[in-house]
Amino acid sequence: MFRIDFNKLRFLVCDDNPHMRRILRTLLHSFGAREVYEAEDGATALEMYSHYVPDIVIADWAMPIFDGLELAQMIRQPDSKGNPYAPIIMLTGHSEKRRITMARDAGVTEFLAKPISAKGLYLRIMSVVAHPRPFIKTKNYFGPDRRRNTTVAYIGPERRNGGEAEVLQQPSLLDKARVTG
Amino acid sequence: MAKNKAPAPPKVQAFADHHVITPPNTLKHAIRRVIDRDLDDPVARAEQALANLSGEFKTWMRSECDRLSAAHTAILKKGFDTHTRGELFRAAHDIKGDASTFGFPAAGAAAESLCRILEHAPDLDAVPPDLIQHHIDAIQAIVREHNTIEKAGVANELSARLRAVADDYLMVVNRDRPDHLEMISAPSIVPKE
Repeated sequence: MFRIDFNKLRFLVCDDNPHMRRILRTLLHSFGAREVYEAEDGATALEMYSHYVPDIVIADWAMPIFDGLELAQMIRQPDSKGNPYAPIIMLTGHSEKRRITMARDAGVTEFLAKPISAKGLYLRIMSVVAHPRPFIKTKNYFGPDRRRNTTVAYIGPERRNGGEAEVLQQPSLLDKARVTG
Repeated sequence: MAKNKAPAPPKVQAFADHHVITPPNTLKHAIRRVIDRDLDDPVARAEQALANLSGEFKTWMRSECDRLSAAHTAILKKGFDTHTRGELFRAAHDIKGDASTFGFPAAGAAAESLCRILEHAPDLDAVPPDLIQHHIDAIQAIVREHNTIEKAGVANELSARLRAVADDYLMVVNRDRPDHLEMISAPSIVPKE
């Protein structure tokens, strides 16, 4: 059985709503985290991301200045001087399938639909810590591997060429987002 | 307070049209093996901490309603523009996401209906003002009269009727916009309570 030592992890929480930040801070501190930094908009979050070098980013989607999706895209710059690989957990009130696809394509690692629960948050953090995925760089994508299965029948436009795929068997982001609790 | 030690470079495999990059796992130091009968339960601890916070939820919900009301007032004065629409959408969207956590799920459902109008109406200036006003009023009434109407099931009924009216409106005004019709009809990924 495995546990996470939250006191060894540094979190950046980005949400424009002070109540949700308070809830996230309470949950993370209860898990055992000591270092939890907070930003109330995407621009401040990006600045804090460079300064504090967090291990995990938890970001809301709808925020002023620039939103969580744009924040993810700015972090996922393969040639940036900062760390483009930090796990990003998108915590949002958006609950439509197309939003999950958009988040995935922006390089988000995990998606957690509100209402938030302690278990849901814990499981997402456990997932990004214990099961990190390799990153894929193509001409129009840079982020965690979006493949979740090894079907050879896929003939879509984004079929990768060259080499056998090494795929970690995981439920899709959509299936995980559907899991409550 | 940046970390001093630079991590090892990632392992890169090049293929015909993509690279597979395996960064060093900088988080594995935080994983700890524990005995199977370890009694520490971080999730239970966090749920208890959340329960301890719950005394503040009603106050928080009221302040969310005040924010929604202020955003709506700004629209009544100035009309819809990028800023006023964004403020109203974010206020409603926050209620949609937070209300269940705060113990007001019916307010969250009404706020979701308002978000759908703001997101999918092709011309916000053409939306009947009463449709938006009724959503604002309903959310405030559900929060204000929480103890009475929530128990009687009135809050859920109110939210459901608002959603039905809003959906009917959105289906009509988007009849020539199949992409929006598809989005309006798509089920939520969040299971109903």
